[in-house]
Amino acid sequence: MSALREIEYRDALREAMAEEMRRDKRVFLLGEEVAEYNGAYKVSKGMLEEFGASRIIDTPISESGFAGMAIGAAMQGLRPIVEFMSWSFSLVAADPILNNAPKMLYMSGGQFGCPIVFRGNDGAGGQLGSTHSWCVEGMYSNVPGLKMAIPSTPDDAKGLLKTAIRDDDPVFFLESERMLGMKGHVPEGDEILVPFGKARTRREGTDCTIATWGRPVHFALEAAEALAKDGISCEVIDMRTIRPLDVGSVVRSVKKTSTCVVVDQSWSFGSPGSELASQVHRHCFDDLDNYVHRVHTADVPAPYAFNLEQEYLPNARKICEAVRAATYNA
Amino acid sequence: MNTMSTPSTDTRRLFDVHRGEAAPRIAPDRSVPPAATLKKWLRDMMLIREFEVRCMQAYQDKKIGGFCHVYIGQEAVAVGCVAAMKHEDPLVTAYRDHGHALARGMSARACMAEMFGRVDGCAKGKGGSMHMFDKPNNMFGGHGIVGAQTPLGLGLAFATKYEDEVMRGGKNTRVTLCFLGDGALNQGALHEAMNLAGLMNIPVVFVVENNGYSMGTSIHRGTTMAHDLKSKAIGYGIDAAVVEGMDVLETYHGMKAVIDDARARSRPWFIDLRCYRYKGHSMSDPRKYRTRDEEEAWEAGDPIGTLESFMLEKGMITADESKEMLKGVKAEVRDCVAFADASPVPADGELYTDVYMEPWGPYPGSSKPSMMGGGENTPSFRAIERSEDLL
Ligand SMILES: Cc1ncc(C[n+]2csc(CCOP(=O)(O)OP(=O)(O)O)c2C)c(N)n1
Ligand SMILES: [Mg+2]
Repeated sequence: MSALREIEYRDALREAMAEEMRRDKRVFLLGEEVAEYNGAYKVSKGMLEEFGASRIIDTPISESGFAGMAIGAAMQGLRPIVEFMSWSFSLVAADPILNNAPKMLYMSGGQFGCPIVFRGNDGAGGQLGSTHSWCVEGMYSNVPGLKMAIPSTPDDAKGLLKTAIRDDDPVFFLESERMLGMKGHVPEGDEILVPFGKARTRREGTDCTIATWGRPVHFALEAAEALAKDGISCEVIDMRTIRPLDVGSVVRSVKKTSTCVVVDQSWSFGSPGSELASQVHRHCFDDLDNYVHRVHTADVPAPYAFNLEQEYLPNARKICEAVRAATYNA
Repeated sequence: MNTMSTPSTDTRRLFDVHRGEAAPRIAPDRSVPPAATLKKWLRDMMLIREFEVRCMQAYQDKKIGGFCHVYIGQEAVAVGCVAAMKHEDPLVTAYRDHGHALARGMSARACMAEMFGRVDGCAKGKGGSMHMFDKPNNMFGGHGIVGAQTPLGLGLAFATKYEDEVMRGGKNTRVTLCFLGDGALNQGALHEAMNLAGLMNIPVVFVVENNGYSMGTSIHRGTTMAHDLKSKAIGYGIDAAVVEGMDVLETYHGMKAVIDDARARSRPWFIDLRCYRYKGHSMSDPRKYRTRDEEEAWEAGDPIGTLESFMLEKGMITADESKEMLKGVKAEVRDCVAFADASPVPADGELYTDVYMEPWGPYPGSSKPSMMGGGENTPSFRAIERSEDLL
């Protein structure tokens, strides 16, 4: 058997799109700089050559226009992939993506679905300041009718994106600029199709459950490693999708560990983290030794200064502190 | 029979719907300003260029983070436009904003310290390269979301007109300059703003810094009627003109006529200002979408060189004076880099200040709250972590 193939997160995304475009002519990609420039972050590199300008479509800086256009195309039965250079820029398209796509099926009484994928970089990219550092999962996951996936590794990036493209509902697919260069083993072809709503245990442990998703999974693993040296054993659960949310996996783990820390890089107020914590409180009421502790981004707009941004974001140190507090090891 | 109610005698609302009266043709006054003025413009352009060169270095040295968009090549635009404005006229722009900030009078020190993310920056290091704000100089920011500043510019102009006409009962005295890139022509926000400006007689000038590209997309691939952008404004009842942006004298003359007209008639304008950015879109752009020949052709008409030759020819400056001027500029920029480097990083507690003018109740200060349990100085808008604090 050949050695396990390792590719970057960005390559995994491209493979998912290209494979799905080969098997289904209804799938196409549109967004700013996706074609001739090969993608602002090189995710779509080479795709123009393979699929041509009718399926890899450069758009002007008109998010509201092209997102809405893609939604119309999806109502007619096509399966668009819309790339937002950053999810921060999706805010100018809030009406089509939140008010149209997720509600179309419902308000048409089941007549018109919206099989579309919106994808792009989410989260603080590194000193990008207040307007460019959105973690949209906090705000957007509030909306029923949409699905949301947040992969934390290259194999999940591919497996979840393929599932997203085949899904008949609108999927909000949140990538991270900070992870695009991350390498990992990724199977070829259809060997990898990751179902939505199935969390992945990234590390087993007995003392505390850390539930998280996206880039903070890596901070949690780093924290778990550090805490293990002090004899605190953490189980790290990667939720992978926020809608659907695999509460069961967390509940099963908490029944074993009796403590839980939720790490969420969006703001705390009305967030996926607060939703998960609330569900754990409900379903593990008699199992918990402490309330569910949460680590979030600070409740302020994103700052530019390097040191302030470090202070703003979740990190391994903050997760360690939360685990110690939750397990009475403070 | 006329069933409509009789109009009252004063039918004119202050923010009245534009009636489509023809614009008087503007005839720029092309008389050359005095040598002292041109020297100032030359120095301002040199300062912006040198500042940007040092920004690029500092970015390589990782002193500056995030996105950094330099203004090299477009210096005449900011300098010429600002020269045509009055100090009390508001200015707002996009993220390529260092040039506007400096032209408006922000000190190079405050600007560079902001780039470095230090407390002495114009926004205490909280805003960064894309968000240069300077209240005393009526600079209402750089704005990062493409097109976002266009309704804001409209609002600034609405407010100055409101102050002058409604609150003071006088005549409109101020004009807002709202800069945007050619890429922003394709944002819905601009079109809504233009319609409102045309409709309500708002004295805002939308200045399109048409440098031919938005990132890697040439204007001809990005927008319709790229050969005649004026046509975009005409449908909104907005007067429009093309102004040269590589020759500061031309920029000044054209913009002066436009701004004077906007002020006098309280009407919006739309300007297709032709220029070129010499460098990449940001620090990580190999510029494969254009040719070196094209770049050289534009560089041959460099705005700084053009003004300098003009002044030398007219005897408004000597070669030695110009050399001295550049030396002074270099020293000023070296100083601002050293200043920025020596300026402290913001205290961690600054993370929690400036979120609200008045958080729930009196503002309790800015010390860093401890991670899990709050602490004495926890600002009150922070989520309460300790149950005891709720009792
Ligand atoms: C709504 C939105 N979409 C995308 C971006 C990313 N972006 C930043 S600058 C830019 C190009 C803008 O070009 P232009 O308006 O011509 O200004 P220039 O860079 O030439 O000064 C793009 C696509 C953004 N900041 N905001
Ligand atoms: Mg441009």
